[in-house]
Amino acid sequence: MSDKVKTKSSHEPLFHLVKRDDMKWWQAWLVRIAAIVIALLLVGVISMLLTKESFGSIYETMYRGVFGKLETGSTVMLWKFLQKTAILLGLSLAVTPAFKMKFWNCGAEGQALVGGLASMICMIELGDKLPYPVLLLVIILTSILAGAVWGVIPAIFKAQYNTNETLFTLMMNYVATQIIKYYLYIEGGGSNKINPVPYGNLPNIGDNKYALNVIIVLVITILMYIYMNYSKQGYEISVVGESQNTARYIGINVKKVVIRTMIVSGALCGIVGMLLVSGTNHSIDPNTVGGQGFTAIMVSWLGQFNPFIMVIMSALVIFLNLGSAKVADTCGLNSSFADITVGIVILFVVGCEFFIRYSIKFRHSKKEGKV
Amino acid sequence: MKRILCALLAVLMLVAFAACGTNGDTDTTTGTAGADKTEVKVGFIFLHDENSTYDKNFMDAAVAACQEMGVEYAQKTQIPESTDCYDAAVELIEVDGCNVIFADSFGHESFLMQAAEEYPDVQFCHATGTQAHTAGLKNFHNAFASIYQGRYLAGVAAGLKLNEMIADGKITADKAKMGYVGAFTFAEVMSGYTSFYLGAKSVCPTVTMDVKFTGSWYDETLEKEAALALINGGCVLISQHADSMGAPTACENAGVPNVSYNGSTIAACPNTFIVSSRIDWAPYFKHMIECVQNGTAIEADWTGTIETGSVVLTDVNTAVAAEGTVEKLEEVKGQLLDGTLNVFDTANFTVGGEKVTTYLADVDTDAAFTPDTEAIKDGVFAESTLRSAPYFDLRIDGITLLDENYG
Repeated sequence: MSDKVKTKSSHEPLFHLVKRDDMKWWQAWLVRIAAIVIALLLVGVISMLLTKESFGSIYETMYRGVFGKLETGSTVMLWKFLQKTAILLGLSLAVTPAFKMKFWNCGAEGQALVGGLASMICMIELGDKLPYPVLLLVIILTSILAGAVWGVIPAIFKAQYNTNETLFTLMMNYVATQIIKYYLYIEGGGSNKINPVPYGNLPNIGDNKYALNVIIVLVITILMYIYMNYSKQGYEISVVGESQNTARYIGINVKKVVIRTMIVSGALCGIVGMLLVSGTNHSIDPNTVGGQGFTAIMVSWLGQFNPFIMVIMSALVIFLNLGSAKVADTCGLNSSFADITVGIVILFVVGCEFFIRYSIKFRHSKKEGKV
Repeated sequence: MKRILCALLAVLMLVAFAACGTNGDTDTTTGTAGADKTEVKVGFIFLHDENSTYDKNFMDAAVAACQEMGVEYAQKTQIPESTDCYDAAVELIEVDGCNVIFADSFGHESFLMQAAEEYPDVQFCHATGTQAHTAGLKNFHNAFASIYQGRYLAGVAAGLKLNEMIADGKITADKAKMGYVGAFTFAEVMSGYTSFYLGAKSVCPTVTMDVKFTGSWYDETLEKEAALALINGGCVLISQHADSMGAPTACENAGVPNVSYNGSTIAACPNTFIVSSRIDWAPYFKHMIECVQNGTAIEADWTGTIETGSVVLTDVNTAVAAEGTVEKLEEVKGQLLDGTLNVFDTANFTVGGEKVTTYLADVDTDAAFTPDTEAIKDGVFAESTLRSAPYFDLRIDGITLLDENYG
């Protein structure tokens, strides 16, 4: 084979990628929905192969694991699903302003934990000393403050010394975890745990434990949408995210925006921590947030920083988690099965974005002849 | 169009790949229900899954007991010690229709009690918990086993091994030091290592013991490091109360005899494994199922013993254990069974050089963990009789704590 052909073939690879901008919004959404449907079908096929259950019964088991027996009027499972979705959504909303600013806040876990810890301390120390409404107010304010402080520390260092915020926020998670372990050691005596505290719990709506949490997060969702899209601060965030130089040029104080945004981000995480401790568990341990702070990063990205898409994405992630955990438990699979299914779906969702943004052009092989 | 075809092809390939890669057998989680009595369906809540030796021990017993009794069961694995435990219990009741719920981890307790309050017709059983005897809930129960008896027996095997080393001239009698890797400085662990030590001391009077804590129930690296540190500190035999293979593996690598826990480690450690004690939960599960079938009440506290078959030893590894270990263990087991031998007989240990005549243990759980109940009865520390979970936390002479860890 001649050198000429070789050079030619290296000039023209088998296929190349072209950025596309011709796809309409509804086409893009069709691709995304198709990706999710294909991923879910694939999950079903894999489950079927692993469990030898029928294809349909896999989905039925998933449905039962998420919604329970709705037909008998039992809504406990539905509320658990909504509660878990709300917590994940809350954390996703919290990290979103920071992400839009291209500030990689990987510390939602820790920020929520210290927020929860602040609630816990108030519940234990002030529980029987303050009247209930005052106590609730103190709990809410201290949690917000704790989360905000945890978020703003890396922001100040970023703004002043240009430290790496990804590492800094990550490290702050470990500090938060260790502080909670220490608190459990002093407060839990020999047993290393705190029994649920009856003071300073968020009120039930009727006898529903989770409804208030869900409502609070829904309100935050709407406020966040308005904040990001219709407020001056939201606009500043997106400018800083696009280009810090542009922001400086048009007179935005970048340091101020970075610090302010992380206060917002941390404060929201603090609220979620409060929902988990005062609103749900009435107790705390290092796993109270349970890694949702990290899942939230993914949900925020998948939702393309749009609060309403994030509602769908967090519901999808929780649906898969609960549903495949049920399949795993019912069919005797290992519990890692849930992670696998979530992984498959996320891979498809992320993967389809690639096909929305780029198209693949194959080499026109006829021109070169045989290679 | 080409693109869609490609995507479909890719999916097909993935499916084919998955099909090639899997031919897993599946366990069915349903048995056949009993006939005339109250129908029972048990719901199990596990902290981790079968990758943890602690949970596997429960899971194996659950399958064995339910199959033997012919009852159905459902399970939830990877349930943290939070509201998730409450949610799991509710799901097992509402969706799977279970009427007995069992949870296996200490921290599940208060969340299980919440569910117990809301579902008075469902029985809730909880391993290792401490609150049932004071909670005043008729449908909430604790269970544990007198594993200290098993550890005492394992200690006897260890003591015999030390005697053999002394007789062979490998060590002198004053160098007979054992090492113990514990998880936390809690009563459960303290009761365990003390009984192990007393067992060894009953046959090898000069024995001493060093203890190190890892601060985790499962941390392979930490457990390995702790075992190595003990070995380097002159310990000639190691035992452990933590759930990973860390300590046994370290022993096998260093050629130091090991007394294991939770089950046999002979497969991985053929040259150092002596014997292992463990709790068999199947007798309790069967008891609990029978009670519900017959409509009788389950005890607030149930303590399994050697007699109930709850405390068991694995086969002795005769290649490593001293000669005559099997026979001696049978003899001591007989003494434990007929009551002529009490593990925590105050005649057999001293604290600060003095015999213990009175001791207030923290039996009733309260926020401040105040000692509340006299535990010495007729010259014996009455372990696991005032409640099922251990409360022996005396620091007896001969055992040195190299560190402490409360998590």
